[in-house]
Amino acid sequence: MRQLLLFILIIIVGLTFITRLFYLQVYNSEAHNLFEDNAIRKVYDYPKRGFVYDRNGVLLVSNQPSYDVMIIPREVKPLDTLEFCSLLKIDKEQFIKIYNKSYHYSPRLPSVFVSHLSKEDYAALQEKMRKYEGFYIQKRSLRDYQTTIGANVLGYIAEATQYQIDNDPYYNMGDLVGKQGVELSYENELRGIKGIKFIQKDRFNRDIGPYKDGIYDTIPQQGKDITISIDAKLQEYGEKLMQNKHGGIVAIEPSTGEILSLISAPTYNPNLLVGRKRSKNFTRLYNDTLSRPLIDRGLLRMHEPGSPFKALVALVALQENAITPQTTVSCSGVYHYGRKGTMGCHCGGGRRDLVLGIAKSCNSYFANAFRKSIDMYPDASHSMDVWSNHMKSFGLGNFLGYDLAIGKKGNIPDGAYYDKWYPDFNWGATTIISNAIGQGEVLVTPIQLANVTAAIANKGFYFIPHIIKNIDGQTIDEKFTTKKQTTIDEKHFDPVIQGLFDVYNYGTAHFLQVPGIDICGKTGTAENFTIIDGKRTQLTDHSIFIAFAPKDNPKIAIAVFVENGYYGARWAGRIASLMIEKYLKGEVTLTQMEKLVLEKSLEEEYAKPYSGTPFTINK
Amino acid sequence: MYRETNRHFKFDWMTIIIFLLLIGFGWLNILSASHIGETIDYLDFTQPYGKQLVFIILTFGLIILILSIESKFYERFSSIIYIVSMLSLIGLFIFGKNVNGATSWYAIGGMTIQPSEFAKAATALAVAKYISDLQTDIRTFKDQIQVCIIIIIPAILILLQNDAGSTVVYASFFFVLYREGLPKAYLIIALLLVCISVGSLKFGAIITAITTSIMILAYHFTRKSKPMFLKTLSVIIACIILSFGIKFLYQNILQPHQQDRISLWLRLEKDPIKIAQMRRDILYNLYESEKAISSGGLTGRGFLEGTRTTGKFVPEQHTDYIFSTVGEEWGFTGSIFVVILFVLLLLRILHLAELQKSQFSRVYGYSVASILFFHFMINIGMVMGLIPTIGIPLPFFSYGGSGLWGFTILLFIFIKLDSNRINEW
Repeated sequence: MRQLLLFILIIIVGLTFITRLFYLQVYNSEAHNLFEDNAIRKVYDYPKRGFVYDRNGVLLVSNQPSYDVMIIPREVKPLDTLEFCSLLKIDKEQFIKIYNKSYHYSPRLPSVFVSHLSKEDYAALQEKMRKYEGFYIQKRSLRDYQTTIGANVLGYIAEATQYQIDNDPYYNMGDLVGKQGVELSYENELRGIKGIKFIQKDRFNRDIGPYKDGIYDTIPQQGKDITISIDAKLQEYGEKLMQNKHGGIVAIEPSTGEILSLISAPTYNPNLLVGRKRSKNFTRLYNDTLSRPLIDRGLLRMHEPGSPFKALVALVALQENAITPQTTVSCSGVYHYGRKGTMGCHCGGGRRDLVLGIAKSCNSYFANAFRKSIDMYPDASHSMDVWSNHMKSFGLGNFLGYDLAIGKKGNIPDGAYYDKWYPDFNWGATTIISNAIGQGEVLVTPIQLANVTAAIANKGFYFIPHIIKNIDGQTIDEKFTTKKQTTIDEKHFDPVIQGLFDVYNYGTAHFLQVPGIDICGKTGTAENFTIIDGKRTQLTDHSIFIAFAPKDNPKIAIAVFVENGYYGARWAGRIASLMIEKYLKGEVTLTQMEKLVLEKSLEEEYAKPYSGTPFTINK
Repeated sequence: MYRETNRHFKFDWMTIIIFLLLIGFGWLNILSASHIGETIDYLDFTQPYGKQLVFIILTFGLIILILSIESKFYERFSSIIYIVSMLSLIGLFIFGKNVNGATSWYAIGGMTIQPSEFAKAATALAVAKYISDLQTDIRTFKDQIQVCIIIIIPAILILLQNDAGSTVVYASFFFVLYREGLPKAYLIIALLLVCISVGSLKFGAIITAITTSIMILAYHFTRKSKPMFLKTLSVIIACIILSFGIKFLYQNILQPHQQDRISLWLRLEKDPIKIAQMRRDILYNLYESEKAISSGGLTGRGFLEGTRTTGKFVPEQHTDYIFSTVGEEWGFTGSIFVVILFVLLLLRILHLAELQKSQFSRVYGYSVASILFFHFMINIGMVMGLIPTIGIPLPFFSYGGSGLWGFTILLFIFIKLDSNRINEW
């Protein structure tokens, strides 16, 4: 028996070791992954981010170098914090706070300690950096905006969020990614591919040379330059016109669907969101709830389309044979429907055919046309479905599919929509007659309205609006070069376009003519309600305008939306005319009109609901 | 002529083959752990791997010398070898060179020699000689004391040189004595000692004292032949005193770094921040070695491919922590290969020891197995974080001339003794 003691112990120890080895190496293994190996330093080489040019080759966005101080908390040795803080221009409390945050993120992985040093600070720090173990400087590339316009279109880059880092292995803590606009939409093209160097460290964290002589290292691949469809001059001019006003302008080239300008007002200088003051400025912009400069109104502002929608109502009625261009309605200044229903009309009264109806924006005419369309089928719900499908073929009621990340669906009601609304009521055309003049349950965004205008200009088709024109020589997404056909036959467009042309000739926008350019347009005024102290209160109407020009072979289709701008021709119409002239002629001859627009501020109008005192509207 | 050839084949070739495998594989790992840069000059004698190569070559000379000496020599001269060895240990107090706080080396020219590595073999010879003496009866208290003195002299000398790790190895002679008839009571006392020490530190003196008392009482009353109650009572009192005394010993005898090692091993510290700090400061080697082993995975990263080995993350990796290189570069497969080699070697020595006809050879063989087993258990156990850090080398594997030669002498004396088995009656 005595012989067995050591014998058994040897076996037990052997088995224990094998079990432990199994646990360490197989069950709980940290098997080889270069990226998680803290014996290997990963040094990233950030590529140049692609430049952004406008459609005429004007450089809009380039790069500038920036230096971040990075920290690997575990490797930090006691240091002269006072000197270090003064070099970084932070105080000791901040130092401790950032240090703890980084440690909490990971003691072993690098985190950003202070971002975006200025060149001067960098120069001062660089010499002394060797003294501070655990800290190093990471060079990055920041955006350098060559312009002050188009903030919402161009977007901005900022540090990747924790969510992005967790979900995309490409990104590391502190990497800059596109957050909005073109920067976001074309992030993959613009960013390029960063290079990486693997460096073998020793236990004192000193580099002892490239890992495996650098066979796993990669060189960075430069980001691609992109050309966007924006016309910088037009964009700049539009932003100037929209000063002191809230709203959006969207201009599209009908023959391609390229977005010529996408203006949201108020806007901000994109340079505000670059560098060390970025987060302070961002907070300021973000918290500006009165003017909301970060909201792109051209893409996000849903509103009732108002009278421009009449053109579509007419087109559907024509397509459904509910009316012909020769159909006339006699307007008495008020349209009667049902037993007691009335709808006012400002057209001046008289006998209207289609062209005149559009030119004078006669409510009675389109109420009639809409009513006839809905009465085409015995079942109102079915009629409404048919009507809704026609409308949706213009890209309304759903996301357009453009290459910017934000948008709104808008709303085009269908049969089911009203069946749900009126479950116990046999609703009909007259119940929902407001839709005829673009004021019922119809909601659109400025870009949708611009797209509708382009589709009318093209007589029945459109290209999905897009901001991209060219990616470093490569072709753009096929969906932007494929024609989208509407459900309206081409022949029906002629009388409607004639009507839109007459809007400028003698109609509601006759005083907005631009010499030498045949413009087709349509004014719109939409009622504007808000809730003040729980009470539904009416504010000054929104001013809306759509236009395209020239009448034959259109080059530009535009939609303008000015919040609380009163009637359509007043501000939106003027701005549209000026924009068209600027784009087609390159200069503006309507200096009187330009001066009027530039000098007009609607800030007072926007302040009214917040003033707390009674106010008048539509003045 | 026939007799000559035959003699060579009487050596136990299985043991020799395992020995060669361990030395060879060990050297590859020393190379990996100590090379700098991409190019390797095998004959660069300033580097550990180059030096070790020389040590290995010299080892073969040593082996031939050991095997060619008449086996009776070792038995006859064991006392003299022991005395010379002890004198070499004592000499350290005068001529010794201090390395890392331990005065364990003689510096002769550019070389350093660590006599404690050779003292193990000398002590084994002396113990074998003493026990195998016809007059000796290990069951008597007098002989127990005397054999104990033989073992304790080198142990104390080495402890005084501040090499606690090597001292612990002398406890391995317990297995030898037990095999040769040391009363069971000692085994029980040893087990009790370990249990009470661990229990008292981990769960507190009161709980341990009560638990052990109850167990001893239960044992007392369930036995058929009732021993004297007074005897049982004195055992209980001793246990209680020990329970309370161990804390005092722990705090006053052990050095702070030893306390910390035990504290971490038994997880005595509760404050997680302090634990993390202790792990970083005290167990840095262990942390890194576990990490290196763990990163090896199933098949390892390959020879010379380990990033933690290349980056010298594990301090002392080519000496005490050499097994972590095996873990990282050769993975689970390589590691269990080494473990199995050691287990086979130990079992083979044990088996051969039992076959010996002379008691001297048997006791010596048993000593060899016990000493190697202790090194194997403590070194690999430490590198994998199973037992507290005790710095002793892995036999045949770790870098170091004295260690390599000490273990070679230890093993090959036994191989020589074993080869003579047939001639003895």
